[in-house]
Amino acid sequence: MKLKPEDLDKIRERMKSTARLREAEGKAKINVHLGTCGIASGAREILHAFLKLVDESGSEDVIVTTSGCAGLCKREPMATVEIAGQAPVKYVDLSPDKAKKIFEEHIKGGEIVKEYALAVGSERLG
Amino acid sequence: MEDLSLHIFDLIDNSIAAKASRVHLEIREDRRRDRLHIHIEDNGIGMNRQTLNKAKDPFFSTKNGKPVGLGLPLFAQAARESGGCMRVESHLSRGTKIHAEFGLTHPDRKPLGDIEKTLTTLQASHPEIEFSCHYEIVEEEGENETQT
Repeated sequence: MKLKPEDLDKIRERMKSTARLREAEGKAKINVHLGTCGIASGAREILHAFLKLVDESGSEDVIVTTSGCAGLCKREPMATVEIAGQAPVKYVDLSPDKAKKIFEEHIKGGEIVKEYALAVGSERLG
Repeated sequence: MEDLSLHIFDLIDNSIAAKASRVHLEIREDRRRDRLHIHIEDNGIGMNRQTLNKAKDPFFSTKNGKPVGLGLPLFAQAARESGGCMRVESHLSRGTKIHAEFGLTHPDRKPLGDIEKTLTTLQASHPEIEFSCHYEIVEEEGENETQT
């Protein structure tokens, strides 16, 4: 295993400091649904892809987090994208390539990727 | 699940759902006794005896309205298939310990997979939780290799 003991501490400290910044003026939240169904379908790769995209873009106002099964196991891997002030959008049947398109077009560009969305407008603002 | 790192990812996801602030993973490759031990410990809300007794039942879940809960049963199955077993210990408000034992060189033992990716992605998406990992190899003879 290449992971060094101090690596997890470094990740934790780095993410904690950016999390504080993001909570203050968070622009977007990407919630990757895990659960046994999601993980068996590849959710870890989707989470990894989103984390990498956020890291590479240097975005400090995008939060990547996880939650449990969203109740639509056969459409996993799934992620919910929430842009501040807009209704959340659930994306289904994801792959790392689809995650990249969603990141570029929806998170950065503000345009919902309709072909990957479960249903646009089915979610309401909380 | 293709490999054990994904099972571990799933079980730590349960720890997160159980509001743990600390999760510790221990992996011991005992080449002397041909066993692989995986131990996950959290300080989450834990389970009462009734819930614990049902935890290995695939048709039981603590999550709202879900008729199935496959995480622990699948991990137990993966252990059994390699000639091993799994046990769970849990106390309300104190946390849960899962210990699984596998036949290290058993042909039906799933590969360990990318443990590094499991831990780094969970740590990066949950910086509020303290993850730690200890990996140990017990050699057939001579000195042991250990990493905390």
